[in-house]
Amino acid sequence: MINSLFMINESGDTFMEKHWKAVLNKSICDYFYEAQKKCANPEDIPPIIRTPHHYLINIYRNHLYFVAVITQEIPPLFVIEFLHRMMDLFEDYFGTCTETSIKDNYVVVYELLDEMLDSGLPLATETNILKELIKPPNLLRKVTNLVTGDSTNYDNTFTNKKLSHIPWRPLGVTYRNNEAFFDIIEEVDAIIDQHGAIVMSEIQGYIDCCIKLTGMPDLTISFVNPRLLDDVSFHPCVRLKKWESEHVLSFVPPDGRFRLISYRVATQNPISMPIYVKHSIYFRESGSGRLDLTVGRKQQIDKAIENVTIECVMPKCVINCVLTPSHGKYTFDPVKKTLVWNVGKIESKPQTAAPLPTLRGNIVLATGQPLPESNPILTVNFKINQIVISGLRLQHVEIHGEDYKPFKGVKYITTVKNGRFQIRT
Amino acid sequence: MSELEGKKGEIYELKAELNSDKRERKKEALKKVIASMTVGKDVSQLFPDVINCMQIDNLELKKLVYLYLMNYAKTQPEMAILAVNTFAKDCNDPNPLIRALAVRTMGCIRVDKITEHLCEPLRKCLKDEDPYVRKTAAVCVAKLFDINQQLVFDQGFLDMLKDLLSDSNPMVVANAVAALSEISEQSPQTKIFDLNGPTINKLLTALNECSEWGQVFILDAISNYSPKDDKDAQSICERVTPRLAHANSAVVLSSVKVLMKFLELLDQQSEFIQNLYRKLSPPLVTLLSAEPEIQYVALRNINLIVQKRSDILKNEMKVFFVKYNDPIYVKLEKLDIMIRLTNATNIAQVLAELKEYATEVDVDFVRKSVRAIGRCAIKVEQAAERCVSTLIDLIQTKVNYVVQEAIVVIKDIFRKYPNKYESIIATLCENLDSLDEPEARASMIWIVGEYAERIDNADELLEGFLDGFKDENTQVQLQLLTGIVKLFLKKPTETQELVTRVLTLVTQETDNPDLRDRGYIYWRLLSTDPKAAKEVVLAEKPLISEETDLLEPTLLDELICHIGSLASVYHKPPNTFVEGRFIMKKNLPLRSKSYGEQENNTGHTTMQTNQQPQQVVISSNVGSLIDDFDILGSMPMPSSNPMDTYEQSQNRTTSVVPNLLDDELSSILGLDSNLGGNQTPMMNTNTSLPINNRQTTSTGNELDDLFGDFNLQTGGSGISFSGNNVFVPPKEVWLSAAKGKGLEVSGTFARRSNQIVMEMDFTNKALQPMNDLALQINRNSFGLTPAQPLQVTSPLFPNQTVPTQLILNTTGPIMRMDPLTNLQVAIKNNIDIFYFNCIVPIHVYFAQDGEMDKMTFVQTWQEIPEGNEVKHQLQNLSNLSIDDLQNKLRLNNIHTITRTTIEQKEMLYQTIKLTNGIFILVELRITPGNRTISFSLKTKLERKFPAAQGAIRCVRYNIDGNYCLTSGSDRTIKLWKPDSSLAIKTYTGHSQEVLDVHSSFDNSRLCSGGVDKRVLYIDVMTGKIVKKYQAHAGIKDFYIFN
Repeated sequence: MINSLFMINESGDTFMEKHWKAVLNKSICDYFYEAQKKCANPEDIPPIIRTPHHYLINIYRNHLYFVAVITQEIPPLFVIEFLHRMMDLFEDYFGTCTETSIKDNYVVVYELLDEMLDSGLPLATETNILKELIKPPNLLRKVTNLVTGDSTNYDNTFTNKKLSHIPWRPLGVTYRNNEAFFDIIEEVDAIIDQHGAIVMSEIQGYIDCCIKLTGMPDLTISFVNPRLLDDVSFHPCVRLKKWESEHVLSFVPPDGRFRLISYRVATQNPISMPIYVKHSIYFRESGSGRLDLTVGRKQQIDKAIENVTIECVMPKCVINCVLTPSHGKYTFDPVKKTLVWNVGKIESKPQTAAPLPTLRGNIVLATGQPLPESNPILTVNFKINQIVISGLRLQHVEIHGEDYKPFKGVKYITTVKNGRFQIRT
Repeated sequence: MSELEGKKGEIYELKAELNSDKRERKKEALKKVIASMTVGKDVSQLFPDVINCMQIDNLELKKLVYLYLMNYAKTQPEMAILAVNTFAKDCNDPNPLIRALAVRTMGCIRVDKITEHLCEPLRKCLKDEDPYVRKTAAVCVAKLFDINQQLVFDQGFLDMLKDLLSDSNPMVVANAVAALSEISEQSPQTKIFDLNGPTINKLLTALNECSEWGQVFILDAISNYSPKDDKDAQSICERVTPRLAHANSAVVLSSVKVLMKFLELLDQQSEFIQNLYRKLSPPLVTLLSAEPEIQYVALRNINLIVQKRSDILKNEMKVFFVKYNDPIYVKLEKLDIMIRLTNATNIAQVLAELKEYATEVDVDFVRKSVRAIGRCAIKVEQAAERCVSTLIDLIQTKVNYVVQEAIVVIKDIFRKYPNKYESIIATLCENLDSLDEPEARASMIWIVGEYAERIDNADELLEGFLDGFKDENTQVQLQLLTGIVKLFLKKPTETQELVTRVLTLVTQETDNPDLRDRGYIYWRLLSTDPKAAKEVVLAEKPLISEETDLLEPTLLDELICHIGSLASVYHKPPNTFVEGRFIMKKNLPLRSKSYGEQENNTGHTTMQTNQQPQQVVISSNVGSLIDDFDILGSMPMPSSNPMDTYEQSQNRTTSVVPNLLDDELSSILGLDSNLGGNQTPMMNTNTSLPINNRQTTSTGNELDDLFGDFNLQTGGSGISFSGNNVFVPPKEVWLSAAKGKGLEVSGTFARRSNQIVMEMDFTNKALQPMNDLALQINRNSFGLTPAQPLQVTSPLFPNQTVPTQLILNTTGPIMRMDPLTNLQVAIKNNIDIFYFNCIVPIHVYFAQDGEMDKMTFVQTWQEIPEGNEVKHQLQNLSNLSIDDLQNKLRLNNIHTITRTTIEQKEMLYQTIKLTNGIFILVELRITPGNRTISFSLKTKLERKFPAAQGAIRCVRYNIDGNYCLTSGSDRTIKLWKPDSSLAIKTYTGHSQEVLDVHSSFDNSRLCSGGVDKRVLYIDVMTGKIVKKYQAHAGIKDFYIFN
């Protein structure tokens, strides 16, 4: 199982280590550094590195590497999932998972790691359980601790509690206001070719919940169009049998925030995109080039499109871009060669005469260098509220097992998974 | 200096604070200690002070102390003992969390003295009323096993652990499974984790309710179960299928493993299978929208799944399209799968994508994309034309590496579709000058040579290459030689000069033996029989197919059983890289014929079964005595019940080490009594061997021969032993004068004064003196390596024989050989370097210090399963008293541990230790009066040695080193997969010994030459003989491909 864990930052310092079995020397990380040196980009390090006696399985997230050392045959996904879970947990505990936040909370991190794995086998990974065992640091507690002179991370009352028989939900939860919020979020993942035809598209959807309900509620959610969901992954709390037979989600929810399901909609006929970009980018021998982008909203969506940004990594020979945007602002980073255009909002009902947002201007090329072989790829980000692109809708949310009437809220959002909406030019 | 003081000061301060009366200060200090420990600072000096804090009744403080203890107890075992009492107290605490914490922490302290105290609390905790405690205790058993295996056996913890499999709480079950899997992985021979119907049922029930991690363990355990029949398999599949919708990717992939494995057992046409196919695809695709690391592992596994059952993902091509911001490792994997899924219907789309990728920035990715276009052309015939035009477009871009890569793949396309696209050659030739990579240059030369008649200036082009001949890579040089010869055969008039130039160049001015040999062949061919030359050199080439980059089916099947594991990521069988462990070989279950309507679908799996008995036959050369044993053991099992076959193959894997020994032992006994009794010179048998038969008889056979002699001549009595009566096999010829260009080497191995000695005679049968003799040994199974340089008086005059001894160490690099005792030796003199194989008799590896303690012996004997035991009888021992026998064996480092009499039979228990530390246990049973000795041999080692092939005449690796060809004196050629020691195919056709074998450039054909003066040209896939040449006057020792 997992023998040791090293946390390494982008510049290659091991700033935290934890061993669940025998203590391993830091020098094992040299193999990792070697792989790191070979890679041009920080994210290109192969996830599994083989060394003569160990395997190093690493993940890269938030500019940090978590490197797990294993010696036995163990499913690598098991380790990778676990490491991501660890990151999630730290994000949950400290707000962000960065080198600083981990260093500031060494002891909590160490306690958590110890609680999560026992001799390399997972022990408790549910946030709720862990929060019961080890309290997350927060400002309020720091203040109260100062006042009362108590500075324990542990909940002293918990020693008397019995652990709940449902691993994800603690016993004895009480709220004055019972609320249940459901966010249905869909992320578009698409490649569009230079003529505007969709090369591939799919929708990745999630239902994220924030449940603040007293006691042991048992929830049932039904959908208007459950058929859309044929490829779903469920939180462990969801009863799979019930879904298979009745297509309803039936579960005892964890307390607080959690992701209830994630799903993928891959329609055989490509979905219609809410947004389009007209583009013309070309480079000339004379050491200059032209760029002309126009972004517009497709007719069938009558909601406003917000936070529209277009990003473009220019070829190496581009020195600068001199452009004029009709809407929003643009920046060009000459080191990373990244052009970012913050378009802003595209209104739902534009005045008839109002022009579409455009970005036009010249590109300055380094002289004497060969012209780029291909045009850059545009990545588009946007967000649309009150609608999900697949058309999925909740029908009912029912609560059993408890008497109160909770407040229920549902929110629909369509957005783009970071960098996954690409337009080839 | 100041820094050091600062550090000291810090420690001192912490010490003071830890000993403070105020709890708060203590706690703060302890936190600081832990923080320093976390960043890797050494705070071990504070041990006693920290231990003191343990007594305080505060959970948080306790936890911190425990954290510290786990980290440092190993370095300060004496101090750690102080903590034992507190642990014992905590194990009885009313709070289950504290009980669990105590037992957990104790298990993590890897100090023997603490472990002793752990047993009682652990036993109690395993039966605790609280599931949390039981679950923790289950894991603790695994920890304890890691520290002290014997203790776990003795205390019966394993049985308690097995009882937990039927616990009412699913979490406990899951942890028990995890612990058992870990234990059985550490010592597979214990077979503690046997699965049967009821257990599986319990596991499946627990599966629904336990944690996600527990589900992974349970699913992995289930995948090791062999269902009774297809109903059983189907019901398991039904219960596992819902797990595919789990959010945890590890659970998903483990479920996929179970399903893929059990699918084999089901009726392939049933609706159930079709349904399952539909259900398998979405979860796999979903994995591709997860984090890149997960995508990577998923893609590696999908690669296997697609090769096994391409239907599952046939409609999902688009999800494998590459995003420009995917990490490179994901991009490359996606590309590979795209090609596997390509077919006539989606090729247009794929090609458009590939063309897009070929203009990306990342060089590796671009190269692979260009290659991919070539692979598409080869795979989908309809699209070949489009692929070629795409490639031409890419060549027009003039981007250097794209052009080179394109030329390499165009060569492959020419191989596949000859005489179809030659119109593009002109375009290719334009780019001749920009090629700087050997592979591209070699490909270009091949194209020019192959189509020389259509290229007007082919001679100029090739001549251009020839000018820089010496600076070229070998690959290019070889290709250039062949290319020019082809050109000459096509246009003999204009190119005579060119061909002479190249032949002179390669035969006289190069050091590379391959190149030179090839040059000589061509030269001789051209000068003796140009017509034959034409036939050979310009022979029609076999077409290449896309199958070349598929995994071979047996390996694929094995990997399917390991989906989700490291093996599946590396596409290598697990035993090749998990060190020090011998993992049970898993095979896909076989669908037995009684319910198999679809012969086709099970076709290749059945073939597998058929191959197994074959392997037994092959193993015969290790020693004919073993044969009988093996064949008897495994013959009557034609039914292909999966369980049976599995066991069967295991039997075989375990039996071979003792076999080798067997022979050796009997020979020692046999020969010794012979020397004492009759003084028959044993050399007879040996010297009569024909000179040409270097090691044609393996030790086993030879010694049997000796035995034979002995049998005839027993009857003498009164054996006396002289002091160093150590068994030394007679010398045999290792390198014949014919092979060694006049140098003949014969030799043997012996163990003298506890060292392994290689005794050799060098004979010069050439006409000129030889000097500068040197010797090197290739990596081998026991790490043999020369301890000193070879000492031979130099020069060695014609007809002179010089005996020499070379002491060997066993400290060299280790590589497993086939057979195990094989040794590859290279001898150099002023003429050339010669390579030969010889068999090292195993007894020289018997180490002096092989005595074992009596108790250990008994224990080990019992530990080793029956399966590892080999029994064997010796008929011919007559006149040795038991004491004599003991002495005799002791001289050869076979140590008698104890001697008893049971049922009037004398029993001798003996041990042998090999130089690599492996113990072999021997039981000798001697019935007085009766001249029979029964042996039983046992060893812990389990390993499979596929057989030797008579003598292995030559070993060659194919171009990419993935396969290995051997030819042997048993008139066959074998294709091996060296990393898994699988014999893939055997080719026959020669009537006598096969001297050499080569594979062609694209691995599709091989060519062999033998003593029968024939050269065969064989198709690798089918094993058919494509062409025979009977023309050679003398024995052809080498034959190399064009």
